[in-house]
Amino acid sequence: MEKRIRILVAKPGLDGHDRGAKVVAQALRDAGMEVIYTGLHQTVDQIVSTAIQEDVDVIGLSIMSGAHLPICEKLMKKMKEKGIEDVLVVVGGVIPKKDIPALQRLGIEGIFPGGTPFEQSIRWIQEHVKARA
Amino acid sequence: MGVARYVKNEKDEVLDVILQSGIHIKPVYTQRDLEEVGFDPEKDLALPGQYPYTRGIHPLGYRSREWTTRQYTGFGTPKETNERFKLMISHGQTGLNVAFDLPTQMGLDSDDPLAEGEVGRVGMAIDSLRDFEIAFEGIPLDRIGVGLTINAVASIMLAMFQATAEKYGFRKDRISATPQNDILKEMIGRGAWIFPVEPSVRLIGDTIEYAMKELPRANPVSVCGYHIRESGCSPDQEIAYAFQIANTYIEEVLRRGYGIDEFVRGFTFNLNVFGNLWEQVAKFRAARKLWAVNLKERYGAKDPRSLFLRGIFGGGGYGMTKAQPENNIIRGAYYALAAALGGAQTTALCSFDEAYTIPTPRAALLSLRTFQILMEEIGMRDTVDPLAGSYFIETLTKQMEEKILEEMKRVDEMGGMIKAVETGYVQREVARQAYEFEKGVQKGELIKVGVNKYTEGEEMEVELHEYRPESAEEQIARLREVKRERDGRKVAQTLKDLEGAARQKRNVMPYLLECCKAYATVGEMTKVFKEVYGEFKEPTIF
Repeated sequence: MEKRIRILVAKPGLDGHDRGAKVVAQALRDAGMEVIYTGLHQTVDQIVSTAIQEDVDVIGLSIMSGAHLPICEKLMKKMKEKGIEDVLVVVGGVIPKKDIPALQRLGIEGIFPGGTPFEQSIRWIQEHVKARA
Repeated sequence: MGVARYVKNEKDEVLDVILQSGIHIKPVYTQRDLEEVGFDPEKDLALPGQYPYTRGIHPLGYRSREWTTRQYTGFGTPKETNERFKLMISHGQTGLNVAFDLPTQMGLDSDDPLAEGEVGRVGMAIDSLRDFEIAFEGIPLDRIGVGLTINAVASIMLAMFQATAEKYGFRKDRISATPQNDILKEMIGRGAWIFPVEPSVRLIGDTIEYAMKELPRANPVSVCGYHIRESGCSPDQEIAYAFQIANTYIEEVLRRGYGIDEFVRGFTFNLNVFGNLWEQVAKFRAARKLWAVNLKERYGAKDPRSLFLRGIFGGGGYGMTKAQPENNIIRGAYYALAAALGGAQTTALCSFDEAYTIPTPRAALLSLRTFQILMEEIGMRDTVDPLAGSYFIETLTKQMEEKILEEMKRVDEMGGMIKAVETGYVQREVARQAYEFEKGVQKGELIKVGVNKYTEGEEMEVELHEYRPESAEEQIARLREVKRERDGRKVAQTLKDLEGAARQKRNVMPYLLECCKAYATVGEMTKVFKEVYGEFKEPTIF
């Protein structure tokens, strides 16, 4: 049997709008993944340490406040520091199109703005986790 | 987003319509439907301005007074926000609704490491009284009512507001502030909580008790079904949860030995407008009646003014889409129509670019114009509660009432709203509905124009409000300046007094006022509370 994908759904920063995060968490679970939800108000350090403890394949960030660039930059730096660059990072939320190149430069390829069909993000995650294995 | 499910046959004829609250709409309504739901015009309707106020709390509705328009405004520094306030007032806006940035909402100063990247982003940054003074400079606070959209630290902001108004020479019995101050809904849906449930509710009790004595024109609490609906619940649950939350705060004040009629007039509500038009109108009418009945029967209120459901019906954020953003202008107009037909006394509307960012001045102005057109061109001031007596609307209003009462009963059986939130029942219910709804949209069972139907056409670009990182630097510089200039000993003393009051469970408001006047910061006051009260832990919901 194929190993189940473990994904950490995380709400970084101060924003508490978690409808999207909780909806996506349920969809990922229904797609057969093991979902760990961090709850609100997580610092980047907390997210990285949970990712290590839970030995996840993927970190999914949900950001609605507009602070996605500074948060992602910090996260990627911290992951490198802790030696978990192999963990896949995906981002969802209110992400304006013009910020996508900057996120890609940080090494984040899976960018799913609000309204992305579940099927699309799920397939993307499955394919990319497989490719990294 | 808020659309009904339509069951159709292969010829595209509509066979059934199922509203989000689960009510089925029939093709035709007659007198018989009214009989079936037990509609009694005397008991259920009466006249506008008469118990049970289904038709409105004022006998003459918008004839006697147009609604108050209160767009949610605030970004960057207090100075930038002050300029936007003045712009909106010059365009005819009659109230203010202040947006605070996330660090302020979470009780953090702008120089806190956790605030990095967030200062001034989704609202204005407030660190000390100095910022409030700048934000409200030149605003006629005896004439313009001010909504303060803040919850966990609402008590601090109400004290800031009073200190500012007094500094500018307005008497405290003349100023009108409406802090949102509804922590239970933050724990359900919006997430800006800090302290555990019990002390958080006590702080709300403190503001209500204080306002009753010191700030007679303030509305110390605005109970928000709004955000619970934004988080996913259905319109009937929106009202049921809002009322049960309000009941929790009422009981907190009753426990202190006051009579219901002494304080409940300070309660207002913040309710959402997106969704099926009829369902929204029925929701507002049913809510007005049920609130009056709740106050009279559950709490024995006698003063008719205690029975009024007052508040802001507006927003509609979740109905707005990122796809084809200009469609949101049209949606906004219909949402505003729902609010007007539902008898809103105060309104606000999410701007068409709000699915992207905080509104540009152009977008905010369009929302304001939407209200002005409705009231002054289209005929919303002509007659009170124009849909009254409609077979359909009265039937639906009765059905809505039943749905709301059912959900309220469920919460009662659980032991009340605090229990329902602490155990995660409401959060689970909201998350489940949000997921079901999203699946419905993705499968095309729920239609959203431009999202899952009529998606073709040119892509529209919206002009975006740009975040200025420099405003964070300015803010931090001012915070440092305030800290340099203030009397440090006085700050330490007022904070110590605040701590004593919090530990002894005395009303903290007078102490907060002293802290604010001494230019203690929001972060410093919050830290005192965190030390005394601790912090909220979210229940695991899945």
